[in-house]
Amino acid sequence: MTTSTTPSSTTPSPSTPSRWERFRDSFLLYSFKRDLVAQLSLIIFILMVGAAVLAPWLAPTNPYDLASIDLLASELPPFWIEGADPLYVMGTDAQGRDLLSTILYGMRVSLVIGFGAVLLQATIGVCFGLLAGYLGGRIDAFLMRLADIQLSFSTLMVAIVVGALFKSIFGGATYSDYAMWLLVLIIGLAEWPQYARTVRASVLAERAKEYVDAARVMGLRRRRIMFRHILPNTLSPIFVISTVQVANAIISEAALSFLGLGMPETQPSLGSLIKSGFDYLQSGSWWITLIPGLVLVVLVLVINLLGDWLRDVLNPRLYKG
Amino acid sequence: MALLEVNHLDVRFALRQGDIKALRDVCFSLDRGERLGIVGESGAGKSVAAFSLLNLIAKPGYIAGGSINFDGQELTSMSDRQLRRVRGHRISMIFQDPMMTLNPVLSIGEQMIECLKAHRRISTREARSISLRKLEQVQIPSPEKRLSQYPHELSGGMRQRIIIAIALLLDPDIIIADEPTTALDVTIQAEIMALLLELCEKHNVALILITHDLGVVSQVTQRMLVMYAGRVIEQGPTREIINDPQHPYTQGLMNALPQMATPGQRLNQIRGSMPSLNNLPSGCTFHPRCDFTTRPDGSERTSCHEEVPGFVRSGNCQVACHMVAEMQDANRIPVEEVTP
Amino acid sequence: MTARAAHVALASHEHESEHQDQATRTLLEIRGLEKRFDLSGDFLEQLKFRRGRLVREQSHVHAINGVDLDIHRGEALCVVGESGCGKSTVARTVMGLLRPSAGEIHYDGERIDHLESKALLPFRKRMQMIFQNPYASLNPRMTIQQTLEEPIRLHQPGWSREQVREKVAEVMTSVGIAPDWGVRYGHEFSGGQRQRIAIARALAVDPEFIVADEPISALDVSIQAQVLNLLMEAQRERHLTYLFITHDLAVVEHFGTRVAVMYLGRVCEVAPTRTLFAQPRHPYTQALMSAIPKLEDDRPQHIRLQGEVPTPVNLPSGCVFHARCPHVSERCRREIPRLIATRDGGQVACHAVEEGRIS
Repeated sequence: MTTSTTPSSTTPSPSTPSRWERFRDSFLLYSFKRDLVAQLSLIIFILMVGAAVLAPWLAPTNPYDLASIDLLASELPPFWIEGADPLYVMGTDAQGRDLLSTILYGMRVSLVIGFGAVLLQATIGVCFGLLAGYLGGRIDAFLMRLADIQLSFSTLMVAIVVGALFKSIFGGATYSDYAMWLLVLIIGLAEWPQYARTVRASVLAERAKEYVDAARVMGLRRRRIMFRHILPNTLSPIFVISTVQVANAIISEAALSFLGLGMPETQPSLGSLIKSGFDYLQSGSWWITLIPGLVLVVLVLVINLLGDWLRDVLNPRLYKG
Repeated sequence: MALLEVNHLDVRFALRQGDIKALRDVCFSLDRGERLGIVGESGAGKSVAAFSLLNLIAKPGYIAGGSINFDGQELTSMSDRQLRRVRGHRISMIFQDPMMTLNPVLSIGEQMIECLKAHRRISTREARSISLRKLEQVQIPSPEKRLSQYPHELSGGMRQRIIIAIALLLDPDIIIADEPTTALDVTIQAEIMALLLELCEKHNVALILITHDLGVVSQVTQRMLVMYAGRVIEQGPTREIINDPQHPYTQGLMNALPQMATPGQRLNQIRGSMPSLNNLPSGCTFHPRCDFTTRPDGSERTSCHEEVPGFVRSGNCQVACHMVAEMQDANRIPVEEVTP
Repeated sequence: MTARAAHVALASHEHESEHQDQATRTLLEIRGLEKRFDLSGDFLEQLKFRRGRLVREQSHVHAINGVDLDIHRGEALCVVGESGCGKSTVARTVMGLLRPSAGEIHYDGERIDHLESKALLPFRKRMQMIFQNPYASLNPRMTIQQTLEEPIRLHQPGWSREQVREKVAEVMTSVGIAPDWGVRYGHEFSGGQRQRIAIARALAVDPEFIVADEPISALDVSIQAQVLNLLMEAQRERHLTYLFITHDLAVVEHFGTRVAVMYLGRVCEVAPTRTLFAQPRHPYTQALMSAIPKLEDDRPQHIRLQGEVPTPVNLPSGCVFHARCPHVSERCRREIPRLIATRDGGQVACHAVEEGRIS
C-alpha cells in the first residue's frame, strides 16, 4: 500500500513542486509544528546563538578590553540583590568585568568551539567511515582499529598532552592566542570515531542496496559512488549525531576549561567563567559561577532536545522518506 | 448458518492526511470446512481483511463499521480478553514469514507446549505428546528431534510446516493463511500447499487463503473473492471465476498471465496501476483502467465513474460491475446481503 | 519485427548476410565459472581449537560451481532455478559486480572477468543491468532526470547539455513515462513505474546486452505484464540480447529463446524454450515444471521430491541433485555429470539421461 500520490504516465502535466513547497509538505515541518518542546528549544537556541553572534553590539562593555575593567567594581552582585550597581545587570566577576558581557562573549567562544570541533569531527569521521564502509577489507579493519585506539584515549588525555606540548614548544602567550583553535583541534580529533562508526554502519546498509550496484554497473568511479550516491543517503544519522556531538563538544570544552586546560581567563569561555568564579563560591559571590553554569546547562539542554526531536523524525523505522 | 459471516466491513487507517479507507463494504461468508481464496494485488486490502477478522490491525488502523459474526459471536464488539480466546484457539493464522510467529530464542517444543498450556489446562507431558502428534501430521521427519531445535536451525520449508503444526495445535475451526508460500520456492510451495489442503480436508478445517497467485487459488480453494482497492469486486466458486471471469479486472488479471498468451507475443496488460487508497477514483474504482467504460455502440457509460457498482448475480458468482449489470439488466439482483 | 527485418533485408543483401553472421555469433561465453563466498571471517576468526590443537578453518558458500553457458546475439537466455541455486550470482559475476573465484567470461571474444574498472568501462556501455527491487534500485536522493543523465554523461562525455536532455526524454518516452516527470524523485512513483525508470536507465547508454535479475518478481501480476511487454518491445526495437534471471517458469516460457535450469550452483539443463517445455529431460527440471500451480486443474499433481535443497556450504559429492532424485544410481553419488548435447538441440547434465535410463 503506497500512501504517496502516484503520478501516472497518462496525465503528463506535473506541477513541479519547489523546494519550499516540498519543505512545507514535509514530515519534518509537520512534526515540528506539533512538538511544543522542539519549538521552544529552537526559539531559545536561536536567541542564544543570536545573542552570542551579536555580542559586540549587545554587550554593555567589552570584557577583552582591559581599559574598561574596573577592579574596584569587582564581585558586585546581580541587580536583584542589595548592593548591586545598576550598570552591571548580572553583577561583575572577581576582576570587575561585567558578567553579562563576559557571558555573551563566553557563549560565543563556546559555540565556536562546539561547532568548529564538530565540523572537524564530521569531516574526518565521514571520510573515514565512507572509506571503511565502502572499501571494506583491510582498509576497513585498519580504520576501525584506529578508531578503537582513538576512543581508548579520553578527550582529557589528548587535551593534556597536546596542550602541554604546545605550551612547552611555543610558550604560554602564543597558547593564549591560539587556545580556541587548539581546542577545536583537540576535541575534533578526539571524537571523530563516533562519526566514523555511525557513517560506516549506514554505508554498509546502503552499499547493499541495488542503486549502488546500478551505479557500479554504470561504470562510475568509486569516489563518485561514495560521495554522490551513498553519502547523501547517510545524512540523516549524521544530522542526528551532530546535535549530540555539538552539545558534547561544548561540555568537553567547558570541562577542559574548568580544569585549566582550555580557554585562558583573559578570553573566557563559559567553562573558564565557571572556573574563575569557583574560588569565590565560598566568599558568597555565587553568581560568578552559577549564572554562566545555568547558561551552559540551558544551551546544552536545548541542543539535546532538538537532537531528540530530530532523531525521532528521521528515524527510518518510524518514517520512510 | 455459516461459520463466519462478514457484513459490510469497513476498515480505515487514521493518517495525518485524513482517514484512508483500506476496506469498504466487504461482505463474505465461510462454511465449516470450506476453503475460500482472497485474491488481489498489493494494496487491494486482502491482508487487511485477514487481520481485521481477528481484530489484529495495528494502529492507526481501526474497524469503522460492519460486523464479523463467528459461530454466533460478534467479533467486532469483543473485549481483548474474549478475542484472545478466539484467536489461536478457534481461528489461527499462518503468516508469510514464519519468523513472525516463531520466537527465535525458544525451541520449537517450548513454543508449542506454551501455546497449548495457555489455552488448555493440561500437563506438560500431555502437551508434549499433542505437539508430537501434530508434527507427525505435518510430515516432519524425526519430530522428536525437532521439538528441541530452534527456528534458525530449520529450513524455510520446514519452518512453514512447523507453523502449520502450531496453527493446527488447538484444532481450530478456521485457518487464515496470509501468503503462506510466497517466500518459498516452487517445489517447496507445491508441497506445503498440498499438505495444507490435505490437512484441512482431513480435519474439516475451514481455510481462508490470501494470495496473489491465481494458480494456487485455483488448486486449493472452492470459492474465491477478488479484491481491488479495498472492495470485493467478484466472488463465487473458484472454478467458475477461473474459467469464465466476469469482472473486467479479473479478466485483465487472468489475461495478463504469461500462460494466457502465445510465447513471444505481447501480453494482455492492464494499463495504469492500482490507485493509492488516499486518492481513489470516483464511482467504480477500476474505471480509469477499464476498457469497458464505453458501450459497444460507442456511448460513454457514465455510471462507471459516477456510482459505485452493486453486486449482480452471474451464474453462481456475484460481480460488482456496471457493464455486467447492464448486459443482464433483466435479471439484475441488487444484493444487500451476500448469500453463500 | 518481421516487417522491419524484411525491410532491412530488401534494402541491402550484403547487410543481411553480415547481420546473419552476427546473429549466430556468441556474444557472451561463460567457461567453468566458480564463485565461493568466504563465511569464516578474518584470519583471527578462522583460528579454532580442534582436539587440543589450534587449526585454521575456512568455510565457503559454493554459490556457483563450474557453470558453462553461451549467450547468442539477439536471444533471451533465461536462467531459472530456486533460491540459492546461484542464478543471481551468475548475473552479478557477468556484470563484474563480483569477481569469479575461477573460470572465464568472454564478451564478444574478449576476456572481461579479470579487467580493472577502467579497462571495463567500454564494456559497461555495451552491457547494462536491471535489478529486482524497484524500491531500492533508484537513488532516493536523486531526481529521475539526474538518475538518467548520469550514465549518459559518463559514457558520452562529448555530448552537449541539450543532447543529453534529448536522450533522456527519448528513453523516458520509450518506457512510457512522460519526460516532464523527470523533476520528481523515485519514491513518488509506483513500483511498476520505478521499474520502467530503471529500464530507461539501462537503455540510456544504448547497450546491446542486458542482464535482468528477477526484474518482475517484485511487481504485481498486472504490472508484470506491462514490464514484460516493455522488455520485449525494447528487444525488438533495439536488437537487444538478454540474460534473464527468474524463478517463474511461466515467464520463461513466454519470454525466453533458450532456458538454462540451475540447481545448487550448476547448470543441469540448457535447451531451446519450446523443447524444454515440451520435453524436460533432467529429473530436476521435470519436478520443477510439475510444481507450477496451474489454472486448469484443481488438484496439485506434482512430482514430490524428497527432502530439501542441501546447503551450498557442504556440497554433496557427485551429482548435486542425487539426494532428491528419484532416478539415483551409484554413479550419481560418485561422479559429477557433464553437460551432454541431446538430439533436440539441448544439453543435459544427468547420468540417467546419458545412460538411457530415462528418456
